[in-house]
Amino acid sequence: MAWIDKLVGRSPIGPMQKHMHVAVLCAKEVVPLVEAMAAGDVDAIRERRAEIDRLEHEADQIKHEIRSHMPRRFLMATDRRTMLEILAGQDAMADVSQDIAELADQRGMHLPEGLKEPVLTLTKRVVTACEQGQRIIDELDELVETGFGDSEVGRVEEMMSELGRLESETDADFDRAARALFSMEEELGVATVFWYQIILWISNLADISERVGNRLRLLMAT
Amino acid sequence: MDFLTEIPIEVWIAGVLGLYMAWAIGANDVANAMGTSVGSGALTVGGAILVAAIFEFAGAFLAGGHVTDTVRKGMLDMTLVGREELIYGMLAALASAGTLLVAATRFGLPISTTHSIVGAIVGFGAVGIGFEAVEWGKVGQIALSWITSPLLAGVIAFIIFQITRSRILDTKDPIRQVRKLGPVFFFFVFFIIGLVTLFKGLKPLKLDLDLTEALIGSVILGFVGAGLGIILIRRVHLGAKDPNHRFSQVERIFVVLQILTACAIAFAHGSNDVANAIGPLAAVAYAVQGLDLGGKAPVEPWMLAIGGIGIVIGLATWGYRVMETVGKRITELTPSRGFAAQLAAATTIVLASRLGIPISTTHTLVGAVLGVGLARGISALDLRVVGKIIASWVATLPIAAGLSIFFYFFFKGLLTP
Repeated sequence: MAWIDKLVGRSPIGPMQKHMHVAVLCAKEVVPLVEAMAAGDVDAIRERRAEIDRLEHEADQIKHEIRSHMPRRFLMATDRRTMLEILAGQDAMADVSQDIAELADQRGMHLPEGLKEPVLTLTKRVVTACEQGQRIIDELDELVETGFGDSEVGRVEEMMSELGRLESETDADFDRAARALFSMEEELGVATVFWYQIILWISNLADISERVGNRLRLLMAT
Repeated sequence: MDFLTEIPIEVWIAGVLGLYMAWAIGANDVANAMGTSVGSGALTVGGAILVAAIFEFAGAFLAGGHVTDTVRKGMLDMTLVGREELIYGMLAALASAGTLLVAATRFGLPISTTHSIVGAIVGFGAVGIGFEAVEWGKVGQIALSWITSPLLAGVIAFIIFQITRSRILDTKDPIRQVRKLGPVFFFFVFFIIGLVTLFKGLKPLKLDLDLTEALIGSVILGFVGAGLGIILIRRVHLGAKDPNHRFSQVERIFVVLQILTACAIAFAHGSNDVANAIGPLAAVAYAVQGLDLGGKAPVEPWMLAIGGIGIVIGLATWGYRVMETVGKRITELTPSRGFAAQLAAATTIVLASRLGIPISTTHTLVGAVLGVGLARGISALDLRVVGKIIASWVATLPIAAGLSIFFYFFFKGLLTP
């Protein structure tokens, strides 16, 4: 009967949730990064970047581990392709956070006073959306536990509409931040391009979170 | 049992080989079945050994007679088999199954004791005695049951899991639901065990109940079980609520249900697998005593006792180590899943035991786990293991038959006066 143990393979769900936690930690680090840019503190920016690099590396390792644990011969309760897509989405969250930190560090970005409030508001809301995505991924084990039961699926769908609401709020925040940026275009010169890139990346984090959440819909539908 | 004073060498060999088989069954299979309950902290190793020993022995002693009869005389046409031939053959069957068991343990192969015994009996029967001496119809029926039993267990497991899902796990208050339904499952398990035991099953105790009496007895037993379930479920410490794992408290209650089904597996296993050890032993003993080979003589209690005792010794000498290892291993099979799979497998095996069909406990359990998996209850199942098991299923029969033919001529040369 030891064969039963061999038959029941390692579940990818625990590691998937761990990966999401690390990815969201990356996104959360963007808040102190923006604060460091607002203060123009180059050392603090470098510290934040180092932390994001470390977390992104950790996420990468978990990702490789998960991929090697989902061989084709496994019969899975969750569709393998969708799981890999969710994983790719989570990974993008860590990668984009890293992109932001890299540019901030490489160019020594100093956030002008007039952009401070809109960018920080956007970032905080984006992090809230990422955390909501994490909450949804945290439901994966409950979904499997209930065998994708109706009431659990309903619960997750509610969480998804909340995430959708948060994401559209970040769209409005992005719009406000972008307008504030372009109103300072003369004064900022070429830096405008880089700031636009940074706030675009920041708002992308929320899109990614929503996309990860939406992939779960596919899992629940199949 | 006056022959006890002068036990012939043939019975000695059969007794020792039979005891060895029973020992190995206790040391591996049973220990593995109970290991999960040890791992979840619901039972201590000592407690698990005690519980397993009781149920395994009860299964062998109370419900093991039918399969034993099949192994003893059901697969060969006894009118064509000579007394001596049967003795050499059954010794050969025990020896080849024992050899395969050693090989299985040594190389970690999923070889079923049931398959090796059946393969061995067919082997010596067809080659040693004569092709027409084998009851091919009966053998075919047994082989077919090796396909149907995992399928049946899978279907039952699928249904049980759907019930636990819709009635317990996917409800507003799963804890209340499991407290309500848990005793019902206790009733069901005790009722089934009661039915197979009581209905024409108590022959070793010289009791012969008809269907009505057996049904009444089983219902009473079921209610006793339900009462026990209520007490045990009430005693469960739920532990602190964990917002990240909302089902951890429910699973703790399922641990109790899983202990119940582990007991049912032990009982079922005793009622079916013990025949592999004592069926041939019984055949040898009857042949030596000069009884009618195909006769209806019931399995004698001392034979069933040898099987039961062998299993208990196996548990006590080696099984505790297996249990400790299994207990420490992290299993992804949560108690609610283990419960569904074990209940389905135990029901299937007990049914087969009642019909006198020797089947493989492990294969039945694998079928049950797959059933839960197909209901999307288990996050990952390694299908390669299923392939390996099917491959060994196919390979075991000719190998066991070959070994048995070899041992048949070996014993013939050794024991012919």
